[in-house]
Amino acid sequence: MRENKSRELKDKTMSVKEAVSQFIHDGDFIASGGFGHVRVSMAIIYEIVRQKKRNLAMAGKTAVHDLDILVGAGCVDRVEVAYSFGHELRGLSPASRRMVETGQCRVLAETSNAAYQWRFLAGMMGLPFIPSRNLLGTDTGNYSSCKVVKDPIIGKPINLIPAAYPDVAFIHVHRCDIFGDAQIDSTVVEDIELSRCARRLILTTEEIVDDELIRREPWKTKIPFFVVDAVVEVPYGSHPCEMPGMYYYDEEIIAEWLKVSRTPQGVDSYLQKYVFAVDTFEEYLELCGCIKKINYLKRREFLKEPMIAPWRKEA
Amino acid sequence: MPIKGVTQGKYGLREYLAFIGSSLLKDKKSVLVGTGLPMIAAMLAQKTHAPNLLIMFEAGGVGPLLPELPVSVGESTTYYRGVSASSMHEVMSLCQAGYADYAFLGAAQVDIHGNINTTVIGAHDSPEVRLPGSGGANDAASFAHRVITIIANQSQRTFVNRVDFVTTPGYLQGSGAREKAGLASGSGPYRVITQLGIFDFEEETKKLRLISLHPGVSPAEVKENSQFAIIIPDDVGTSAEPTVKHLRILREEIDPAGVILGK
Repeated sequence: MRENKSRELKDKTMSVKEAVSQFIHDGDFIASGGFGHVRVSMAIIYEIVRQKKRNLAMAGKTAVHDLDILVGAGCVDRVEVAYSFGHELRGLSPASRRMVETGQCRVLAETSNAAYQWRFLAGMMGLPFIPSRNLLGTDTGNYSSCKVVKDPIIGKPINLIPAAYPDVAFIHVHRCDIFGDAQIDSTVVEDIELSRCARRLILTTEEIVDDELIRREPWKTKIPFFVVDAVVEVPYGSHPCEMPGMYYYDEEIIAEWLKVSRTPQGVDSYLQKYVFAVDTFEEYLELCGCIKKINYLKRREFLKEPMIAPWRKEA
Repeated sequence: MPIKGVTQGKYGLREYLAFIGSSLLKDKKSVLVGTGLPMIAAMLAQKTHAPNLLIMFEAGGVGPLLPELPVSVGESTTYYRGVSASSMHEVMSLCQAGYADYAFLGAAQVDIHGNINTTVIGAHDSPEVRLPGSGGANDAASFAHRVITIIANQSQRTFVNRVDFVTTPGYLQGSGAREKAGLASGSGPYRVITQLGIFDFEEETKKLRLISLHPGVSPAEVKENSQFAIIIPDDVGTSAEPTVKHLRILREEIDPAGVILGK
């Protein structure tokens, strides 16, 4: 971090295409910010698919739609799993499950959500490990990268969770300046830790704001510029995932993916339609229903529209 | 026989299990909840007998007044009118330090000591079915004082002699095993809820024991739907039934779209 992260205040804005080609390489260990279907840098996910990156390993830290698409597309072939291959309440993920069950995607290790975020914490702190009392006595622990030792102070068994340093992380934020000073108006989940332990960090943001706005309220800064390598402005860039306080999940698109991804052909046609046949995120949003859909998702976020669940079994 | 109220059409099985789950959560306690029925149970408790139930979500939501069923434990409803929208580090640290009275989890398989599998069916490296893994469940069950597990389909496939993978710790190999492994003493599984009854764990052996049969269910059914021998005492009680008010809250306020309760 001493040599690879610049302390210079410089304009880091670039396109999604540039960010992915410059900072994400075949074989990298990648990690996506947010949680599950919440505040996910989907523009980066689609661009990774579009640029046909291969042999990526991914942090399965409650990685849901993002990981499912990347595994389904053949970009990610190794996962360290805290929670993966599922869509939470929406059920299991057919595409990535199939890839694991047929051996096309390998589970490198098991872990838990807390253990994963403490891997990032150790990385952020520049320490080799964090001691903790989870994973003890279980197969999750046995299949993890952790090590149980005797606590040298009180003598009881304690689990040592090793530091993680992803090659690249991408995090979607509510706003940031051109240097990368970012505000997040929601739970930060583990993005404080992840942003600081990643070797390279791409921010995608709903909007780029003037540096003055950041400096007026510095207590709101969750990610400071000097850990950031690229800033990409992508309004609605979490779609079809939620952006807290802005727009809700697009359940129709998620349901479409869950339905068609039951077959490899379905995965191909979905990616052809939503990724390869479009050049920009705006074009993609047009396919998904454009401004009418966005306005609906905004109303839904503020509970002004009823819940729908088109992915339910009977549906 | 299935639960009497279900066959009579008074309520659905999931509505009943949500009610049973809620009844186990005491007011002025805290609960770390997982996706699905545990969320609904916590919401119902908060809206009925436990208005001061402190609900916590692993992604950082603390103390929400949940407006509707969250689809994810990370979405904005998980801190709707909450006291804090924090981080996973914050919530998991609080839990490890002892702030979680209950953890409320789902499961794919459970064994006699309450160990849970949500990772794989079959061998780990060549799975028949790959499941999502621990998520926050291993943490929740390692840190919380009392663990409640809900499993809506008790059978010989889900109540098994050995879970295919110990994702989440129950009492591990039995009495004293948690402490020996380094987990906090006095913690562990508290109740298991299935479509047949409510179970606790015998103090000495830490083996699963029936404490209450749902109305209309026989002890023989509990026995048949398990690979291992469940302790069945003579004086087993009958589980309570939801009131009209409980059902109205479940149907109109918590899950009007029938996302979980409609299944």
